[in-house]
Amino acid sequence: MVDHSALGVHGETFEMRIEQGKIREFAAATQSRNPAYWDNPAPVVPATFLTTQMFWEDWSGPGANPWHLVAMDQQRGMHAEQEFIFHGPPPRAGAVLAAGSRIEDIRVKEGRRGGTLTFATMVTEFRDETGRLVAEARMTGVETERVPNRAES
Amino acid sequence: MTEPVAADSAPAARAMAPRTFGPLTRTDFVRYQGASGDMQPLHHDEQFARAAGYPAPLAIGMLNAGLLATWATDWLGAENVRMFRVRFCEQAWPGDVVTCTGTVVREYEDSDGLAMIDIELTCTREGGGVAARGWASFVR
Repeated sequence: MVDHSALGVHGETFEMRIEQGKIREFAAATQSRNPAYWDNPAPVVPATFLTTQMFWEDWSGPGANPWHLVAMDQQRGMHAEQEFIFHGPPPRAGAVLAAGSRIEDIRVKEGRRGGTLTFATMVTEFRDETGRLVAEARMTGVETERVPNRAES
Repeated sequence: MTEPVAADSAPAARAMAPRTFGPLTRTDFVRYQGASGDMQPLHHDEQFARAAGYPAPLAIGMLNAGLLATWATDWLGAENVRMFRVRFCEQAWPGDVVTCTGTVVREYEDSDGLAMIDIELTCTREGGGVAARGWASFVR
């Protein structure tokens, strides 16, 4: 059950190092042979790569990831939407980013088939060594009132 | 007036051939999960998935998002992406063959005078519906 008191909570800042081998591993997993990832010794990150913030959040301790406080139900919660914004070319291997997450939005909507849907959005900002905002990630999860019909498809 | 342009800022092609991925296997899911750090057992653990009421492990939506990103960055350039957004739609399953397509929806100059291109993306399951929709902006 979503805890609305998580709204506005900021996690502790955590470090995220952008690494060439990790970029190649991610490119392979997403079936990309783009030379921008494979031939450049300092490749930019793939467009969805910053999802690997999960590793760095976990390693830095329990205070970095405020999503846990949203307490979305494991059975009725799912990933609804994901967005990445880059303020310039995506970060490159070698960059050391300072990242911080916050719970930006929790809202309730009526579902088309009845029952309420509770959406929650976590925004993570990534800053370079000079403090410049270089990228943002926005993760939106949704919790349904009832367990979704799993017989579908 | 002719301005010098870097190789990266050559005009984008107006269209890109669709690309089909798969059949996506559980190994593909595990490889993606290991790379991403999301080890949710619903996507690889048969017993766990069945105990939760599913007939099999579920496909992982963020892998489809990554395949859409692979297709879009092959088209418009890995270094040119400025926004990439995806919305998850129909549940996908092991064995799915998915096709990534997209179209140009807008070409414009942003507030800094940069030539930009906006595209819409679709990841469709063979014999099924849309697994994910996407929206992206690239510098041209």
